[in-house]
Amino acid sequence: MINDIFLMNGYGIYVWSAFLFTLLSFVTLYVIIKIQYVKEKKKFITKFGTLNSERAAFAKSHAINKEILSNTSRI
Amino acid sequence: MFKYFEPSKIFSITSRAPKYVLLLFIIILSIGLTEALILSPEDYKQSHSVRIMYVHVPAAWISLGIFSLITFLSLIGYIFKIRNFFLISKSLAPSGLVFNIVALVTGSIWGKPTWGTWWAWDARITSMLILVLFYVMYLVSWRIYENNDKAFRVTTIITILGIVNVPIIKYSVDWWNTLHQPASINILSKSSIHISMLYPLLIMTAAFALFSLLIFLMKYNTELIKIKNKGLDRL
Repeated sequence: MINDIFLMNGYGIYVWSAFLFTLLSFVTLYVIIKIQYVKEKKKFITKFGTLNSERAAFAKSHAINKEILSNTSRI
Repeated sequence: MFKYFEPSKIFSITSRAPKYVLLLFIIILSIGLTEALILSPEDYKQSHSVRIMYVHVPAAWISLGIFSLITFLSLIGYIFKIRNFFLISKSLAPSGLVFNIVALVTGSIWGKPTWGTWWAWDARITSMLILVLFYVMYLVSWRIYENNDKAFRVTTIITILGIVNVPIIKYSVDWWNTLHQPASINILSKSSIHISMLYPLLIMTAAFALFSLLIFLMKYNTELIKIKNKGLDRL
């Protein structure tokens, strides 16, 4: 049974390599996009930290900035 | 109702959604892989190699769908000056490109046991390769021009030129003698594919669509933060 699933009458090498390539492409894309996201977010937090209190208060008055700062642990 | 279209509201939704989409994607993909690799029957002619269809066909469908959507959004965005549509288009493109490459590579792997060759300059394959070039040109344009009016103009032109290729891909099997078989699934008429193969195909398509949604959401959030980073520079 297990052998049948892996060998597939001699077509296993083609079938498994097609599926593995697909899954590998998915993982690679996910990791690249995730790295870009984390990098931008870190940049945002660092920049926010360098603002003086007046500018920080002004930036925080924008709801989206507050939203970005509030969900640092999310994807 | 319009408050939901405010950037902060959009970000609030798009930043929370990925973890749920990822969970749903893993569940649907697991079901799809079980169906595609174990439960679905082998083909009487192609034997087990037909299982490659479950990754090849959804990838091709989604790459074509994403390019069509990008063109539509770019065009509407350009005509009505809606910047958010460009942001959505830009965020959709990476998954469209990856699905296009997956369709080409898995098609090539399928070609070896079926046609006896890894590659042929067949109308369908060549037009899919041209679509990859349009995706690359589209993404490179964003890199070169960044988020400005010239980028909006150039990317819109690229998508308009590229969309001409989409019906060519779709109908290439009918217009020319190609190695590819004609479409087995038709929305308007009866499909020639058996139900036992149609279900896994639809489940895998749903899984791939969820993956492109996941990548879109993550990329869209990144683009929004990038814009906000520039806003902080101006303070």
